[in-house]
Amino acid sequence: MRAAGVLFSRELALGWGRGGGPLPALAFYAAITLLLPLAGGSDTDRLAAVAPGVAWMALALASLLSLERLFERDFEDGGIDLLMTGPLPLELVCAIKCLAQWITTGAPLALFAPFAAVMLGAPISLSPLIFTCALVGGLAFSFVGGIGAALALGARRGGLLVAAIVMPLFAPPVIFGGAALYASQLGAGGASGLLLLMGWTAAAAALSPLAMAAACRNAVG
Amino acid sequence: MVSFLTNPRAFMVFSRIAAPVLGAATAVAMLWGLWLGFTAPEDYQQGDAIRILFIHVPAAWVAMFAYLCLGVASLLNLVFRQALADLAARACAPLGAGFTALALITGSFWGRPTWGTWWEWDGRMTSVLVLFLLWLAYIALRASIDDEARAARAGAILALVGLVNLPIIHFSVYWWNSLHQGSSTFGADKGDGLPAVYMTPLILMGLAYMGLFGALWLTRIRTEVRRRRLRAAALRDAED
Repeated sequence: MRAAGVLFSRELALGWGRGGGPLPALAFYAAITLLLPLAGGSDTDRLAAVAPGVAWMALALASLLSLERLFERDFEDGGIDLLMTGPLPLELVCAIKCLAQWITTGAPLALFAPFAAVMLGAPISLSPLIFTCALVGGLAFSFVGGIGAALALGARRGGLLVAAIVMPLFAPPVIFGGAALYASQLGAGGASGLLLLMGWTAAAAALSPLAMAAACRNAVG
Repeated sequence: MVSFLTNPRAFMVFSRIAAPVLGAATAVAMLWGLWLGFTAPEDYQQGDAIRILFIHVPAAWVAMFAYLCLGVASLLNLVFRQALADLAARACAPLGAGFTALALITGSFWGRPTWGTWWEWDGRMTSVLVLFLLWLAYIALRASIDDEARAARAGAILALVGLVNLPIIHFSVYWWNSLHQGSSTFGADKGDGLPAVYMTPLILMGLAYMGLFGALWLTRIRTEVRRRRLRAAALRDAED
């Protein structure tokens, strides 16, 4: 238990302290938000129609960014060997890393998501749902993205590869969150989509540590 | 009894006969199915476009079946360390990607005259596109890891993770029910299914596609076995 706590605070400190913490992901998120009206025209009605969906999709993209470093740092300096011989099972180590990643990157992004959506013209009443979707979905993105990060360890072109592996796996949560936002925009209530998103996130958080640990063992052993 | 599945030498003996036999059976079934498909009467709604179904629906079946094969081969490699299973997984990937692309392209050709659109973001089509991206991700992952045993296991993990996608494909049509109609073959409601005049060529084409996939797969695995033997021989030569 104590080892888990120490590892968790280490991961949090690394996530906040190194490389500007969540700043690069937030800057990337803001940049996508900026580019959409530049590319698609600033017509208010057209923007408003796609605003929640784009804010949601951009969140999925932004959460990809910092994933590459999730295991790579420990892989390069050999820290992962220590973690593997340590008292914690590797599955738990992976889960803690993803959880810390969610708190340091996913949660700040979720806080920013409603602002991005409102700037693009989404109704402000949608903000709580956008925040909830982003917070829950961010957890799924961290865990599923961790699989990609672990699989790409020791591979050439790591960053691009993580994106290629993880994007198709992001499809179900993006669909569920998008459905919740769309239904709510039409006034139908987004509960069913949000519940599906939560269910998918729970399954991802439970199962993906197994895949991550297997991939780490494969890359190191 | 199943030694041809685990022992490369026994597999080479088995597949030397099995691949051409399967190929010949495929040719017969495909010619027969195509003949029946082209001589079947026009559909009262779809007209001649219904003939596209005979090459589209089996491609979609095989696309999913190939992924199942990849999953089983990956499991055998990952859990039981079967070297032949990894060769099978490696050989399966381009075939599966090809059949998935075929399903998407022929579906698009069918959708244009029937639905009036080349592409619709409907649940099932989107899931097949996701399946195609999964094949690409699998191939890309294997290609970017140099150590072959490591690439094999990483690929196997990804394949098993992606296997979760298969049931989503199957049930998506009920989840996001939109343009794509429900099944009219297996599990269709009474009276909703295909009449025999369309069902017979469809089944024949389904068998032909399965046979084609099997014959090509066996041939590709044979190539992989030979490639590995060549490399082993080259290593031995270099040591002498």
